[in-house]
Amino acid sequence: MDIQVQKVGIVSCSGEEIPEGTLCRLACRKVLDERPGETVTICLPLFIAGGEEERTFASNYPTITVDGCDKMCAAKATEMLSGKPSKSLSIPEILKKHGLKPPTKLRHFGPEEDAAVKAVAAEIAQAVDEVLEEE
Amino acid sequence: MGKKHKKVVVLPCSGIGKVYGAVARETAYELVEKVRPGVATLTCLPLLVINNPEAVALVTENPVITIDGCPKECAKKSVEAVGGRVARAYEAIKFYKEHKDLKPEGIAEVNDTGRKLAQVAAAEIAQEVDKLAAGEEQ
Repeated sequence: MDIQVQKVGIVSCSGEEIPEGTLCRLACRKVLDERPGETVTICLPLFIAGGEEERTFASNYPTITVDGCDKMCAAKATEMLSGKPSKSLSIPEILKKHGLKPPTKLRHFGPEEDAAVKAVAAEIAQAVDEVLEEE
Repeated sequence: MGKKHKKVVVLPCSGIGKVYGAVARETAYELVEKVRPGVATLTCLPLLVINNPEAVALVTENPVITIDGCPKECAKKSVEAVGGRVARAYEAIKFYKEHKDLKPEGIAEVNDTGRKLAQVAAAEIAQEVDKLAAGEEQ
């Protein structure tokens, strides 16, 4: 019997201009590293800069978008250029839910930001579980 | 001599899959925060992907330097896709090829050696920032 393991796509806001963007990247990377067999990612700008393979990403994988601010670039770009995401997560909402303060720096996160990275990563991992169960 | 610019936009790769994406970002942050604060500025690359009017205006009204992490050149192509013109385009690996003693590691963020490489890269790119700000374009 073939056992097929479905992978879940994770599309991170890159948010270079805001600390929440860095938080987003670090949390997404953590989930990708911890669940390599179940997750895959794509660089968001590849929806424009890439080819057909990149543009069909959200058709090929059930996709979770993770955004750092209310502009929701990852969710909007994925839906506009690739396909409707299965779930859309928002960093400000996750931080509020966990009673955590937003990060204040763009780079070189350390112990002060660790709780936020772990909380966001846990929410993404939970979303991955939910999407895999639905598939 | 062309038009002087108050801002020079520095746009790094936004990838979280390769070390040179992280080097590109670290270099951009070094420029914006330490080497040329007030002149070098950045915006979120995905804002261009969704055609955010403020981000589009920023890259069409000011000179842009892109620092890409891989040959797919997302940063450069994203600027061009919204009608901006890239004044200087770099690939982060270039700086490692020129400084083989500074091998970067890390993907979401670079290690200490990667930070040193980014400092070297930022110092080199700063000269181009100065030229573009002074109107010495293209």
